[in-house]
Amino acid sequence: MSTSDGPGTTPGAVVVPALVSTGDDPLLRLEHVSKSFPVQSSKLFSRGHEFVHAVDDVSLEVLPGETLGLVGETGCGKSTLARCIARLYDLTSGSITFDGKDISHLSRRGMRPLRSEIQMIFQDPYGSLNPRRRVGSIIGDPFAIHGIDSRAERKKKVQDLMERVGLNPEHYNRFPADFSGGQRQRIGTARALALRPRMVICDEPVSALDVSVQAQIINMLKDLQDDFGLTYIFISHDLSVVRHVSDRIAVMYLGHIVEVAPTAELFEHTRHPYTRALLSALPVADPDAADNRERILLVGEIPSPTNPPSGCRFHTRCPKARADCVRTDPALERVFDDGVEHQTACLHPLAIDEDMSLSRPQIEDSEIDVASIPDQEPTTGGSQ
Amino acid sequence: MALLEVRDLQVEFDTPDGVVRAVRGLSFDVAKGTTLAIVGESGSGKSVATQTITGLTRGARISGSAVFDGAELIGADAATLRRVRGAEIGMIFQDPLSSLHPYYTVGWQIVEMIKAHDRSTSKDAARRRAAHLLSLVGIPRAESRIDDYPHQFSGGMRQRVMIAMAMALDPALLIADEPTTALDVTVQAQVLGVMRTLQQEFGTAIILITHDLGVVAEMSDEVVVMYAGKVMERAPRRTLFYRHHHPYTEGLLASLPASGEPGARLTPIAGSPPSLIRLPQGCPFAPRCRYAFDKCKAEVPPLATVYQDENHQSACWLSAEEQVRESQRVVTDEQEATA
Repeated sequence: MSTSDGPGTTPGAVVVPALVSTGDDPLLRLEHVSKSFPVQSSKLFSRGHEFVHAVDDVSLEVLPGETLGLVGETGCGKSTLARCIARLYDLTSGSITFDGKDISHLSRRGMRPLRSEIQMIFQDPYGSLNPRRRVGSIIGDPFAIHGIDSRAERKKKVQDLMERVGLNPEHYNRFPADFSGGQRQRIGTARALALRPRMVICDEPVSALDVSVQAQIINMLKDLQDDFGLTYIFISHDLSVVRHVSDRIAVMYLGHIVEVAPTAELFEHTRHPYTRALLSALPVADPDAADNRERILLVGEIPSPTNPPSGCRFHTRCPKARADCVRTDPALERVFDDGVEHQTACLHPLAIDEDMSLSRPQIEDSEIDVASIPDQEPTTGGSQ
Repeated sequence: MALLEVRDLQVEFDTPDGVVRAVRGLSFDVAKGTTLAIVGESGSGKSVATQTITGLTRGARISGSAVFDGAELIGADAATLRRVRGAEIGMIFQDPLSSLHPYYTVGWQIVEMIKAHDRSTSKDAARRRAAHLLSLVGIPRAESRIDDYPHQFSGGMRQRVMIAMAMALDPALLIADEPTTALDVTVQAQVLGVMRTLQQEFGTAIILITHDLGVVAEMSDEVVVMYAGKVMERAPRRTLFYRHHHPYTEGLLASLPASGEPGARLTPIAGSPPSLIRLPQGCPFAPRCRYAFDKCKAEVPPLATVYQDENHQSACWLSAEEQVRESQRVVTDEQEATA
């Protein structure tokens, strides 16, 4: 792939993925969503010709009331995708349908009524709250912005919300600095829930918290989902957290979704080599399991999304890579006899019980675009 | 004799709000060639303790003792500490970018470090050693990458450079403070693998400071659990995970998402850690403990042997007997305390 590709060019497979139909109409539908950012070129007189393809051709559905987990490593595009869904970013191409309505090209003003339906909770409970404003007014903002209720009524509503998320309503007049990390995350949640949204995008909501507090917040999110019938998109790099909260999980790598499946199915019948590698790298707090598990050490690190590898984007690190992986970008589709809900983008998916630790890539050196692989020898197989 | 013996280490900081008692009577041993994991949440004093041992804590009141290879480190003069740091105790930190100097090539920085401790080494020999170290930690094409600057490496590769530098003088002890916290899981697995290999090859002892119990299960021989500046429990790895005694350890393990069925409610520890300025009178964990009784709130429990296992110590008044424990358990409806 040349470096001067414009935004939204999708080489190879443009097969429309078989969309899941389970009777329920999806609350959210993404079709071929792409987002690229122009990057400043290192050359002095050329500008705007390089793009970071942060999200590339993502199609997904989210059903009402479910929790969809979105996992992947740094730079895989999961947060960008979240911000596209909340329309905090404009799409480069593709479309987003929320509750049957196409929201991909709505203006800021057009989005405003929808803001109360799609909300976000952010990772950093310190950065996402204005330190100079009182908690009551932070949580009350959504009411003020949407012109709801009188001052007195608003205060009552805010205090109700504070109680719902496990904060003491008497702390209405305190500042964010008076609260611990976990409590701040509760404040952020109360703000997000103020207008009774239907969908909440949780972007790494517990990653900055200590484990004991993390469990409190996960329980709270679960309770709120049950009480308010919320639909969650839950983004995290921590697979054990995502496994715990999600009904379905989508795994992202370099802007693509490489595998999507119901949670148990993804863990038991892992098809994509990248998913398997992620699972095997996850440290488990159990010495016996830690001593006996399959260890798949991927070589190298995630390549630059400015100039992603050709074909399957994982082929530069994949233990099962073959010559065709270098050329063909696999579509997200059913493999083997998986159910319709389990889709994998891989030319050589894993069979059940296949031992991937024995696999070694079989590709010629020359077929790999070495420039796009930082910090690694192209064919050093296995462990280091 | 253990390689490092820490006894009754106390570290206090004076702040405008009062005295912060960061470490309160910490004792532990690290044996040659083994890994001691120190686990704890933010503010438990795990980082301050190890930084104090290597003389990196400034403006603190320090007491206690830390004997490394027969020499006392607490109160040692700057020259002694400088000689020990780097040469005998290597250190790596969470954020490799801020630990490397951005203006110099990584090779220059490793060579500088080798020469600072051993002036007789020729520049060429030091450079060859630096290249060898970089290839040891799994950096491909080490001979050419030695002339690259830190920003030209990715996060995982920078952490490998840090490990190479920490291992440059073949230290007897490596202190790794949250070495993989900033890294992705697949990269974390690589870096932990490098640490494991180096330990096998050189017999280096490791103090691994982490909040991640998964990393502890993978890497440690012995574990110290810290809370509010004190050791709550100390045990060999398997004992800690399978036969822990302290309610805080129990709470930490129970709050992991992996411990329950997917979708089930997790069991968090209620409330949040105490302020290190206004510590509770008795056991620091008592306000959050589901087993706490009157004595816990009045007296600080000593770190004592439990289950008749001399390798296993716990600072808790609670009886080790299961029935007694259960009868003392306060059934709280997850009183997630506020403020």
